[in-house]
Amino acid sequence: MTEQPQVPEAEFRSYYGQPILKMPRWKEPHLPAYLYLGGLSGASAVMGAAAALTGRRALARAGRLAAAGAAMGGTGFLVAELGRPERFLHMLRVAKPTSPMSMGSWLLAAHASLAGGAAASDVTGVLPRLGAAAGAVSALTGPLLATYSAVLLANTAVPAWHEGQRQLPFLFAGSAMASAAAAGLAGTALGAPADRVPAARLAVLGAALETAAAAALEHRTGLVGETYRQGGAGQMMRAARWLAPAGALAALAAPRSRVAAVAAAGLLTAGAVTTRFGVFRAGPASVADPKYVIAAQRPAPPAATT
Amino acid sequence: MTRNRLAGPLHEVAADAGYTAPPERVGFFTDTSVCIGCKACEVACKEWNGLPDPDADVLSLTGMSYDNTGALGADAWRHVAFIEQAMPVPVSADEGDVISALTDGDTGATRWLMSSDVCKHCTHAACLDVCPTGALVRTEFGTVVVQQDVCNGCAYCVSACPFGVIDRREGDGRAWKCTMCYDRLAGGLEPACAKACPTDSIQFGPLDELRATAQARLEQLHEAGTPEARLYGEDPADGVGGAGAFFLLLDEPEVYGLPPDPVVTTRDMPAMWRRAGVAAALLVAGVGVAFAGRPGSRLGSWPGSR
Repeated sequence: MTEQPQVPEAEFRSYYGQPILKMPRWKEPHLPAYLYLGGLSGASAVMGAAAALTGRRALARAGRLAAAGAAMGGTGFLVAELGRPERFLHMLRVAKPTSPMSMGSWLLAAHASLAGGAAASDVTGVLPRLGAAAGAVSALTGPLLATYSAVLLANTAVPAWHEGQRQLPFLFAGSAMASAAAAGLAGTALGAPADRVPAARLAVLGAALETAAAAALEHRTGLVGETYRQGGAGQMMRAARWLAPAGALAALAAPRSRVAAVAAAGLLTAGAVTTRFGVFRAGPASVADPKYVIAAQRPAPPAATT
Repeated sequence: MTRNRLAGPLHEVAADAGYTAPPERVGFFTDTSVCIGCKACEVACKEWNGLPDPDADVLSLTGMSYDNTGALGADAWRHVAFIEQAMPVPVSADEGDVISALTDGDTGATRWLMSSDVCKHCTHAACLDVCPTGALVRTEFGTVVVQQDVCNGCAYCVSACPFGVIDRREGDGRAWKCTMCYDRLAGGLEPACAKACPTDSIQFGPLDELRATAQARLEQLHEAGTPEARLYGEDPADGVGGAGAFFLLLDEPEVYGLPPDPVVTTRDMPAMWRRAGVAAALLVAGVGVAFAGRPGSRLGSWPGSR
């Protein structure tokens, strides 16, 4: 008799090890880039509106430009992601509460228009009141744009995304705050040091939320949590774990140092981008091995009969 | 709210979708205990629906027993799975002697499981729920079909399907899956696969009748000494509200490449939106904190500190 291990490894039976689910058809860099840009646009709109409200002109402009530019760029990535890009307007054919993508399309359309109007008015000086109003309203659409994409991913059968439904909205909110803070620091690096104070605070708060939510995602989602720690997704998540806090540290020095402001902007952006790529990559990894689907649906697998 | 329309039992599925006085809901009962693996269903489906075969010029063998189709997909709407299991089978003494003589004393035998898989036409269909364009619709027969002139290939349905059925077709860009031969149903005919099945392993008819048939067949098999026989997808209380295409299996679902206990992803959607709302509010609060205090305040003087 050979020795038997005390606790046998959980064994999962499957059909030749084939995936049970279809691999996501969404691809890199389109989807993770959209996640990043959507977050950047949404949080930047709020930052821009808050800056305008408190009379910080340079920061307001940075926020509005980032909000508008990221919304346009993100829309471009989304359209390019479609199998039939020429039919992108079909997204606005219906409004469907059961489809986060339908809700997101309407939200993005509204937000991009508002942010675009606010930025155009800010730069050209045309219709300043209307521009300011658009900027203020974009502070309402922005937070939703930054967090709805968590529902977009969680509302799939993909185990890593669905099981992360509790953590993803907070991860995306934190990541978006850090992204916007980076835009704010970059936009005010050459301006008055006092303008960088709110952006630096936002950087610290955003990076803290991003890092804490990422840790929860990796460790509190059961077996599938390992897809966030291994492979290509693990590489990105590990990089983000250092980049975001490093960016927050640099942001603390940003009000006194232009170099620190630029460095913080770079680190925070890199942290947010790697976070989004990490979250995206865990999805296909959790589909490739059918054990994650089976584990989520059958917590205690029956002992193998063969 | 009297009932949750996102999950749970729902008998009048077509009426719920807005049809007035729809015909009876129809479906498939696939009794895998009589499947002989002839793949007539696959051929009939491809012929009737004019499905392309991108690998027609290549002899591609998967090594998965007699299964060279691999999985359901955009171009394969019926898929016959083949599972070879080495296991003792109940045999009479005479048969045992013959088997023993043929296999050099190895009385173990191979059990060959065959099962024709298909779209489940779920009562609560995740693909339909998440489709942002309204391309996926419920028909008057209670089935789920893609309107190809509307689909823009966003691929959300691909990741939402808990059975891994629907997929986007390469080079075409749109999502495709079994229509339960909608055109034949409209003409009063049964679907091509059921018509072609030589052993009645695939039975088509009103869903309520099929459920009664399946229950009777299950009891018959249990009495005949096949305790491992079980129904899959027939229960209106399951995670998808019961499938419109259900099965009689002879082993665990995952052995056939089926998810053990699939749940429509939109069941959790209200909770997901609530969390996204909380995260969005947190984002706004974070920006509020970052901008609190008078414009000239220093980084160290966080709101509340002196």
